[in-house]
Amino acid sequence: MQKVIVIGNGMVGYKFCEKLMAADPDRRFKVTVFGEEPWPAYDRVHLSAYFSGSKAADLLMAPLSWYTDNGIDLRTKELIVQIDRAKKCVHSHLGNIMEYDYLVLATGSSAFVPQIAGVEKKGVFVYRTLEDLDAMKSFGKQVRSAAVLGGGLLGLEAAKAVMDMGLQTHVVEFASRLMPRQLDESGAGILQAKLEELGITIHLNKQTSAIKGNGKLAGLEFVDGNSLDVDMLVISAGIRSRDELGAGAGLETAPRGGFVVNEFLQTCDPSIFAIGEAASCAGMVYGLVAPGYEMAAQVVNQLTQQKAKPFMGFDMSTKLKLIGVEVASFGDALGELEPSRSIVYENKDKGIYKRINISSDGKRLLGGVLVGDSSTYNMLLQMVQNDMPLPPEPEDLILGARGDKGGSNGMGVENLPATAQVCSCENVTKADLCGSIQAGATEIGALKTCTKAGTGCGGCLPLINDLLMVELKSMGKVVKNVICEHFDYSRQELLDLVKIKGIRSYDSLLDEFGHGDGCETCKPLVASILASTWNELITKQDTIQDTNDRFLANIQKGGTYSVVPRIPGGEITPEKLIVIGQVAQKYGLYTKITGGQRIDLFGARVDHLPDIWEELINAGFESGHAYGKSLRTVKSCVGSTWCRYGVQDSVSFAIQVEERYRGLRSPHKLKGGVSGCTRECAEAQSKDFGIIATEKGWNLYVCGNGGSKPQQTILLANDLDTDTCLSYIDRFLMFYIKTAEPLNRTATWLNKMEGGIDYLRDVIVNDCLGIGAELEREMAFMIDTYACEWKEVVNNPELRAKFKHFVNVEEPDPQVAFGPMRGQKIPVGWAG
Amino acid sequence: MLAEIEKYKKAELSSDIFWFKAAATNAFPENGGACVKYKDLQIAVFNFTRRGEWYACQNLCPHKMQMILSRGMIGSCENEPKVACPFHKKTFSLKDGKNLNGDECTITTYPVKVEDGFVFVGFDSHY
Repeated sequence: MQKVIVIGNGMVGYKFCEKLMAADPDRRFKVTVFGEEPWPAYDRVHLSAYFSGSKAADLLMAPLSWYTDNGIDLRTKELIVQIDRAKKCVHSHLGNIMEYDYLVLATGSSAFVPQIAGVEKKGVFVYRTLEDLDAMKSFGKQVRSAAVLGGGLLGLEAAKAVMDMGLQTHVVEFASRLMPRQLDESGAGILQAKLEELGITIHLNKQTSAIKGNGKLAGLEFVDGNSLDVDMLVISAGIRSRDELGAGAGLETAPRGGFVVNEFLQTCDPSIFAIGEAASCAGMVYGLVAPGYEMAAQVVNQLTQQKAKPFMGFDMSTKLKLIGVEVASFGDALGELEPSRSIVYENKDKGIYKRINISSDGKRLLGGVLVGDSSTYNMLLQMVQNDMPLPPEPEDLILGARGDKGGSNGMGVENLPATAQVCSCENVTKADLCGSIQAGATEIGALKTCTKAGTGCGGCLPLINDLLMVELKSMGKVVKNVICEHFDYSRQELLDLVKIKGIRSYDSLLDEFGHGDGCETCKPLVASILASTWNELITKQDTIQDTNDRFLANIQKGGTYSVVPRIPGGEITPEKLIVIGQVAQKYGLYTKITGGQRIDLFGARVDHLPDIWEELINAGFESGHAYGKSLRTVKSCVGSTWCRYGVQDSVSFAIQVEERYRGLRSPHKLKGGVSGCTRECAEAQSKDFGIIATEKGWNLYVCGNGGSKPQQTILLANDLDTDTCLSYIDRFLMFYIKTAEPLNRTATWLNKMEGGIDYLRDVIVNDCLGIGAELEREMAFMIDTYACEWKEVVNNPELRAKFKHFVNVEEPDPQVAFGPMRGQKIPVGWAG
Repeated sequence: MLAEIEKYKKAELSSDIFWFKAAATNAFPENGGACVKYKDLQIAVFNFTRRGEWYACQNLCPHKMQMILSRGMIGSCENEPKVACPFHKKTFSLKDGKNLNGDECTITTYPVKVEDGFVFVGFDSHY
């Protein structure tokens, strides 16, 4: 058995171990890892998550047990102080001596601290380790403002951390723009504007000459004579390789830091390798994770006698979300390496900047910068890396295809060459992925497991998904819209089966038309179909419901639930308001007004839910179905009863509509709105159905939504009387329920519909399919059979008994914990 | 900081197993789960009626450290019995606790037996 010692247990050191374990199933190597920090390797890339509530445990690359399970001797808190190359052994600061056959230096780097007078003062920190963060956290509690020295990638991460601590945040950068290595002036300008919007003050062209203060830091002085008063300073001005072991061992180090290695990551001693930020390869230290992982892989290949690829530099393209702003830079981002021409799109209104650099012959994409919207990063990077031909109108790459030219702009995954690297964290190519798909990994989970693609930063997942679809199609597999492995049917087919065969339970549907034991996809979907067809109480089959529908409340961080009573049209009496207040007070609930004109009560223990609802029901409330894929609210403006502009009574109509469709189960949530005049204060045009009053009646709009991809409604019919308006909504909603794919809002459903709004209008208004009466009949059945689920539970002791955390003791969950915020409570301890 | 998750250690099927009498079988819903307290541990117990099988695992979802798995939906993935966390639908094998989404985190599973209408969960007797 050969002895491998790894010095350093950072991300790259860990990745080396993981790859070696995978490549050495027979355990021919005995691995010992020394780490000077007290915990095993953690994800330094996402360190700022530690400030937004993540626990250290969530950042771990692998739990302690992983090391023991794999027979790795992990020695944390033990620092190697000497390498004895003659005897092939290392000495630790505890006096331990250990022999090696191969030594891997993965010592990483430390924060580079510039020589500034006063840098030793209290209140000055570096941003590098969990210990640094803990120190910053505790100091940050006593102060109000902080500056981050360095406006690069790491500096902005540090600024995010400082901002999350609630401090007034300043960023001080020596160069004339933020992220000078990755962005050009305009891109950096857009990023700066976005950060300033968030309250971060940016100081450019500032060279710090001294740190003011008497023992404790009081501010910064700049060479230009200006100064900045702050209580805390975080230095994030770059990294310096940890190569101090080199001198004593006679290993060559580079003038700017790092163990000098050849293209096989070997130092001058062939049994000693250096990887990650500790290595200086052709004069370059790589401060990103992906090249470090690649180095780890190549050393593993050599140890296990696999074919090793020489490490000849690494693409430093990067895509990340900085303080909520998407930033990407790829290839020759600044167009400096060869003559090039640029295409630039800048939208200061939306905070978007895109630039691509094209070779002077106009044939190849060389690189570019994306700020504010990096959705095309993966494909653009692929084009650069694979020298793919540019489309005839290269501007389509950043503007999308416009006009009548159709959708194709040469950016589909089918155009990628086989060698294209799809996942850069794990170095997985298109050929690798296609091979695995052909070998049987035909769904995304299996594909991730067998190739490891998408398991690092996850940024390539959309691309992998597209690739999977295209590959399956090209293999001649019918990419049928089946809902999951348990049913070879689409939602619409299942709904027809349920109706025609009169199936009323999930189990009998699975027995008759499915296989296996079901899953979290098909169970709630079938539950929704059953509810939309038979309208029986969903509590009858509680274990096929999503947790929200099972407990008839919305699960929130920490495992407590929120409660939303129905307040139709947003109209509520003072008496009912008082009851809500009293219930919230009694059960200690956080209260907030929702976007749909209701009141949400958060932090309810599962065992309190029936008691809370008993009191609400006694006061005349009923379920608001905020937990279900069902009708939520019908928002209204005050309308003609009070408003001097109103032309119809929008509140009365909103209440009528909301009560008509309350409890209606559907493929996704449903929202409505009624406005009393064309000023549209109820924002009805952003709802699944919106009604706007006219002098003559109502205009009916359909298929809008807010959310991540807002879409405006389209006018379906105008100047309708009340009854016609209702019958059109009946038809519209029932048609949607019967034909939409699962979890598609009405907007998405319409977008996919052949014939679009004209066809929909034909079905609803002109009744071209002759199903209008049937749809109305089906809706009438739903309206007639409605019953409040909570009322049923409150009055049924057997159902009530299901609402508890433990079945063997009468105790609440001891892990539930709250902290204070602005006079109310919030849950604590959510990871990430 | 690692304390909470490190508490959940598998009881090896050896002589050193303590069978904790958790609750009557009818306390656990058909094809669903419920949570049992044993000392300071929270254990999710599943009554997989469809397969005629019982399973137990830690109630703690390691993804966001939430005490929740007992409220998750159970099912199968190519015949492997599994539970899905209600929060973000991470799924775990009920047999060996392996994460079925290709992520790193796994959960601890515990042996279960049913005798005389009661459900027993097996723990390391030294815990």
